[in-house]
Amino acid sequence: MERAVLEALNAERRARRAAVVVTDLGSGAERLVRESEVESDPLAEALGRALRAGKSGTVETNEGDVFLNVHLPPPRLVAIGAVHISQALAPMARLAGFDVEIIDPRTAFATPDRFPNVALAAEWPDEVLARRPLDPYTALAALTHDPKIDDGPLLAALRTGCFYIGALGSRKTHAKRLERLVQAGIEPFRTERVEAPIGADIGASTPPEIAVAILASVIAAFRKRKMHAERRGETEAA
Amino acid sequence: MSAANETPALDVLGTAEAWLAEGRRLALATVVETWGSAPRPTGSHLVIDADGNFEGSVSGGCVEGAVVAEAVDVIEAGEPRMLEFGVADETAWRVGLSCGGRIRVRVERLG
Repeated sequence: MERAVLEALNAERRARRAAVVVTDLGSGAERLVRESEVESDPLAEALGRALRAGKSGTVETNEGDVFLNVHLPPPRLVAIGAVHISQALAPMARLAGFDVEIIDPRTAFATPDRFPNVALAAEWPDEVLARRPLDPYTALAALTHDPKIDDGPLLAALRTGCFYIGALGSRKTHAKRLERLVQAGIEPFRTERVEAPIGADIGASTPPEIAVAILASVIAAFRKRKMHAERRGETEAA
Repeated sequence: MSAANETPALDVLGTAEAWLAEGRRLALATVVETWGSAPRPTGSHLVIDADGNFEGSVSGGCVEGAVVAEAVDVIEAGEPRMLEFGVADETAWRVGLSCGGRIRVRVERLG
């Protein structure tokens, strides 16, 4: 592999963008295809399939066997709210292989003592997300119940197409939340993407149990490749 | 407290770039095919320098020694090689995979 290919690949990985290294197994020639370049590539179909499946492998082409090495961003979980559930969710999600970030502007909640060894931002979510935007390989869990804090990131997650979006709150709270999301310009059918009540239905009651339920939903969405709009039942044109 | 811009400790390709920047001569090994129960998925990387230092994995530690030895040759010769590893009991002296799977590993010069 040429140094320039490695550096370009690592730049994409640092920016949390998917990329594929294409190796001609006959000639040894290698090139990098960024996600944005897939459609115009001669191997567009095979590249698209490999990216959606998240699997590397060898494909046969007219010019011989080609190895496609798929590099996807590591999954990330952003939790809005440095609350009791987040204290359990953060270490569990880390064990499951997620990069975790907790955001809460309430400095009494967002303290390193309560959240050791976790990326923690005691700031407004909109400020943090402006620096480190959500992306399709990120899950968002809104856990404060407070519209001032939760609504901004929920809107951002719906617009970005995060692979999982969940929000804590009673049915009444959630009904009002959906109204606000629609008023903010989200098409009503898209608001159904917000999982509420949050988490897999396991009868969770305590904060750690709710954290397990949330993580189960996040893993299910990740493994079902919900970062792709067509896997969420949304058409590309919509 | 940002984790987003840091290179994770076990990031093989990040390590490879750092080693190249130090002027080290490297090879990159990649799992290009697996059959049966292989320990690491297709696409997994191992990076090796000319002194035999390495980072990453192409198996659960079963065949890394053999891959590293080949990689040191590839760094000298420059030509990529395709290696195949199967179960360990084929011949007494050959390394293999105890899990019973088979893997194909491509080793190429890096940089």
